[in-house]
Amino acid sequence: MAASRSSRLEASAVFSHTPPNVARTQKVILDADAIQRSIRRMAVAIVEATSGVEDLTLVGIRRGGVALSQRIADEIAKVEGSPPPVGTVDISLYRDDAATVLPNPKIGPSDIPFDVAGRHVVLVDDVLHTGRTVRAAIECLQDYGRPARVWLAALCDRGGRELPIRADFVGRVVEIEPRERLDVWIDAAGPDRVVLTEAG
Amino acid sequence: MEPFAHRSLLDVEGLTRADAERILDTSEAFLQVSRRPVRKVPTLRGKTIINLFYEASTRTRTSFELAGKRLSADVINMSVSASSVKKGETLQDTCRTLEAMHPDVIVIRHAAAGAANYVASKIGCSVINAGDGMHAHPTQALLDAFTIRRARGRLDNLVVTIVGDIAHSRVARSNAHLLKLFGCEIRVVGPRTLLPSAADSLGVRVFDRLEEGLESADVVMVLRIQRERLEGALLPSLREYARTFGIGPRTIQYAKPDAIIMHPGPMNRGVEIESVIADGERSLILEQVEAGVAVRMALLYLFAGEASQPPAVG
Repeated sequence: MAASRSSRLEASAVFSHTPPNVARTQKVILDADAIQRSIRRMAVAIVEATSGVEDLTLVGIRRGGVALSQRIADEIAKVEGSPPPVGTVDISLYRDDAATVLPNPKIGPSDIPFDVAGRHVVLVDDVLHTGRTVRAAIECLQDYGRPARVWLAALCDRGGRELPIRADFVGRVVEIEPRERLDVWIDAAGPDRVVLTEAG
Repeated sequence: MEPFAHRSLLDVEGLTRADAERILDTSEAFLQVSRRPVRKVPTLRGKTIINLFYEASTRTRTSFELAGKRLSADVINMSVSASSVKKGETLQDTCRTLEAMHPDVIVIRHAAAGAANYVASKIGCSVINAGDGMHAHPTQALLDAFTIRRARGRLDNLVVTIVGDIAHSRVARSNAHLLKLFGCEIRVVGPRTLLPSAADSLGVRVFDRLEEGLESADVVMVLRIQRERLEGALLPSLREYARTFGIGPRTIQYAKPDAIIMHPGPMNRGVEIESVIADGERSLILEQVEAGVAVRMALLYLFAGEASQPPAVG
């Protein structure tokens, strides 16, 4: 995840980790239409699960969850008439390995422009893998207040959990090997796509 | 993101423009932490920071202490009275003692220029200079730059006028060095007796008339006038200083209409700055205090970790 996150900063650097002379197979496993359908399905599921909840909010986990949370909010607006408030969290300061790997990550500001206390918060990330990012995001969220309930939405669940965490709303389950990579491109350069890179 | 290139901050001269920007950008995230309901993040849990203060300084020490605590580090304050020690030997002994406690960062304030460099040469951990004699006060310069950048939207090519006791001021020195990285025009204004003999080597423009020094200034930094200077016969009287170099409603008119006013504190109201200016809407004195905690959190964050590649998270 970390590798795919940082590589997303500049498109030209995406495959820079690949050693020369090692061919790697890449496969688009979700195209723009499939992603859009997944987002719509997740939005509907969120609205149904939290029906009657006026206090629904979305919080995207930087960086991969930010564009996705906006897209889900747009779809909820089509169903409900207005979008829920959307915020972002940056988990750099909450990583369980922060004390050993600092100072590598560039920290972006968390931005939650609403009170989370007593509200339903849907955390949004693009890929759910070990669960460590989600754990950090929950801890960060709690420092902003005490939500009534925290949900989790992920576009792709690739398995490989290292903590007892599961998603409430999943776009697509993609069981892949630890050495394989999943890169999600939403509202980035080129068409929306989810790319699986197989181990060389 | 590359690991930060430095493990210690001893003076501003060692920083590149990119280094300074990295620190200021990181500080933005920490400013936001200090404005949340829970003003604490778990980032430096298990790390130890020692504040070693040989000079009394409530505000700088408090700022560093708060910065460390908001990062969940263990912060120990050691105040050492300078009069009871013979500097050279004892500082070396202190270094040995501290090293045995395995701190991750030592923050040092000392009356002798070069004290922070000395400690850094003796101890393996990160060292942050919180002011050493008339040499440097790099965290003050960084928090000032952070405050200016937030207020003006940029640092590049501003006209910055520093008024007061330039000769004895590590704040003026460090600010001049840092702001020059951004192409600012640095001017210093003060009585001849309080201007450094080697002012030109700092690359600053020297004025002994306030009106000329303030003309079209974007930023006015007012320095504290220390009463000790009266004893040294460097100043005839505080009243005369206030009349000639004090920043008040009349003199500030020479600066740009939207010029911002800064002061590292503590202020002598009515001497170097009048209350109507210090408490006015262009004064950023309290913003500087808030910025101080954010910038020091950023430095502790950048220094207190091991530089290695991040493992996978997800």
